[in-house]
Amino acid sequence: MFDLSTAQMEIQLVAIVVAVACALVGVFLVLRQMAMMSDAITHSILPGIVVAFFIVQDLSSPFLIIGAAATGVLTVSLVELLERTRLVREDAAIGIVFPALFSIGVILIARFARGIHLDLDVVLLGEIAFVPFNRTEIFGIDLGPTALVMMSVILLINLIFILLFYKELKLATFDTGLAAALGFSPALIHYGLMSLVSVTAVGAFDAVGAILVVALIVGPPAIAYLLTDQLRLMLVYSAGIGVVVAVLGYWMARMLDASIAGSMASMVGIIFVVAYLLAPQRGLVASYLRRRRQRWEFAGIMLAIHLFNHEGLPSAEQENRVEHLQDHLNWNPDFADRAVRWAERNRIIVRRNSHLFLTEEGREQAREAIVR
Amino acid sequence: MFPDFLTDIYSDYTIRNITLGAMVLGLVSGSLGTFAVLRRQSLLGDSISHAVLPGIILAFMLTGSRDPLILILGAAIVGWLATLSIMAIVNTTRIKQDASLALVLSVFFGFGMVLMTFVQRQPDAAAAGLQRFLFGQAAAIIWDDVRTMLLIGGAAMAVFLLFWKEFKLVVFDRAFAFSLGMPVRRFDVLLTTLLVIAIVIGLQTVGVILMSAMVVAPAAAARQWTDRLGLVTTLAGLFGALAGVTGALISAYAARMPTGPTIVLCLTAIVLFSLVLAPNRGILWAWVRQHRQSRELRSRVVLADLYWLSQQHAGDDSGHSIATLEAMSAGRVAVDHGLEDLEQAGLAERTDEETWTITERGREQAIRDLAEEEREGSDV
Repeated sequence: MFDLSTAQMEIQLVAIVVAVACALVGVFLVLRQMAMMSDAITHSILPGIVVAFFIVQDLSSPFLIIGAAATGVLTVSLVELLERTRLVREDAAIGIVFPALFSIGVILIARFARGIHLDLDVVLLGEIAFVPFNRTEIFGIDLGPTALVMMSVILLINLIFILLFYKELKLATFDTGLAAALGFSPALIHYGLMSLVSVTAVGAFDAVGAILVVALIVGPPAIAYLLTDQLRLMLVYSAGIGVVVAVLGYWMARMLDASIAGSMASMVGIIFVVAYLLAPQRGLVASYLRRRRQRWEFAGIMLAIHLFNHEGLPSAEQENRVEHLQDHLNWNPDFADRAVRWAERNRIIVRRNSHLFLTEEGREQAREAIVR
Repeated sequence: MFPDFLTDIYSDYTIRNITLGAMVLGLVSGSLGTFAVLRRQSLLGDSISHAVLPGIILAFMLTGSRDPLILILGAAIVGWLATLSIMAIVNTTRIKQDASLALVLSVFFGFGMVLMTFVQRQPDAAAAGLQRFLFGQAAAIIWDDVRTMLLIGGAAMAVFLLFWKEFKLVVFDRAFAFSLGMPVRRFDVLLTTLLVIAIVIGLQTVGVILMSAMVVAPAAAARQWTDRLGLVTTLAGLFGALAGVTGALISAYAARMPTGPTIVLCLTAIVLFSLVLAPNRGILWAWVRQHRQSRELRSRVVLADLYWLSQQHAGDDSGHSIATLEAMSAGRVAVDHGLEDLEQAGLAERTDEETWTITERGREQAIRDLAEEEREGSDV
């Protein structure tokens, strides 16, 4: 099974390149809270593809990409146009524009594209398994699958755009006002980014289908967002997660003999759930543990302050007995017992014949807590 | 006597089912979608409608039945799960609504595709019936489907009307609803459930991908015509039904017009019509209003200049040249058009080819305008 044929290698390579290209632009979509725009664009590029296909009659022509990218930008402009009338809100505008464009695409296919190789299923669901059959040659030299060549170019464009405009993108993403004040045009960055998303979506749809593109654009950045606070790291992590999704998704599909695109999307879900539960700082488990630790830390400090207040006084004899904590700190016996044991373990107190005494460190902590 | 399609609606079994189904669907999803749109949850509908795919297929895999009721139940359960996941992600992580919607949409849909490949591997053509949920296939709608839609849609509408007041309060005056001790969260959940139902009953006709339009577009169109919630909801239902029927009929008679997309385009046409022509809010009326205002402003400026000139020349009203007026307004307004408007209103009159003067009525009007400006402290 792990004896890789060239075709398998190529499919995985395409998947990896697609995933990384999507993840890179996706980071900015997620951060700019425009993730649903990817959904809109991936659907509404359909009529662009169809019309361009009617003109050039070739599914792998670069004109298809240009046509579809133009439709993508058109979608963004239409949404903004609708929004600017202030008659509908952004979410509703998106919800109106892309189904309309998608419908036009479907009807065009149904009416004029019968019997030619432009299948709705392929557009929506993609068929990455066919990728190796469609190859690009220049002067008789096989450059590899067309999808691989095309996506590599798109990945390169994305990389160059992000590296070149990193500062501008960062500023426009996190502080639009400042970016505008400094003379960067937020609109230019916005449309630049949207064009990239469109181009990436078009390049990728052929291999993985419109809906998986959404998973690849939004999934890895969302997962990376759970793992880091730094834009630079988020880009790197997203790309890395994209690679993992591509490879694991492919093998999952092989083992289950299921749709590759679907498996990759499912893999995004699985990795997201893992990150959601286990992310070092923001994961569910980590924050549960942190809350629990804080609870005992707080209890320990309370105990230390209590003992400190009575230390050296006649009342200490009475006050610093374990049983007394129930009355004084309003702790139930079980909690008091566990808090005392936690404090003992952390060397805040020591216990001598059911009396509690502060250690030097405990005294220090109590003193600090009071001052604070 | 009658147009064909009117008699066909009664007599042709398929067309009757399609038309009726599309009408019920439009009515239910249109009116139930209103709250989603007004709560800024338009895209939740999109997310849910994609995400129910694995529910449909799982229901089929588990029961082996293609009974629409069972498939819809599966879709509803998974649609619910998807909604919960979206809420959980938004509430417990720093990932925002948009990314959670997109994530859940695509991951659930992808999982549905994986399940679909399992079903397709089975020798009998069972998957054929499921495929139509992707894009919808109205032609395959049978009376059973319509009955199911009527049943579920009717129940959802009944609940919707029953708790109308509560929903209204929970959505539009949340703080007040809380203060009354209403179970606000429970009503939220109920409202979302209704949305899920509205979506799943349309899946067979319109398909998962276009279903969101059925939820969003009618309400967006209806909102332009009125400010009253009851009317918006009713209109949205009517628009949905209208688009459903029109789209279904067009696709039944025109060759190769898939039903779902045709219905969506009918809806889009209604939305555009409403955006442009709805009284008050419509773009056309806004444009007319703006045009009228700028015209009025233009004549006021010209009138004020004429008045000033006549004051300066102490009653010498033999006429002031257009060139002077143009120089005074510094090219800000089209003086000649302004003069024509003034002449029509009887506020200015022509004394010669190129010269104009102010009338007595114009003088009075100019004095009133000046007084008003003074009051408003403007410096126009």
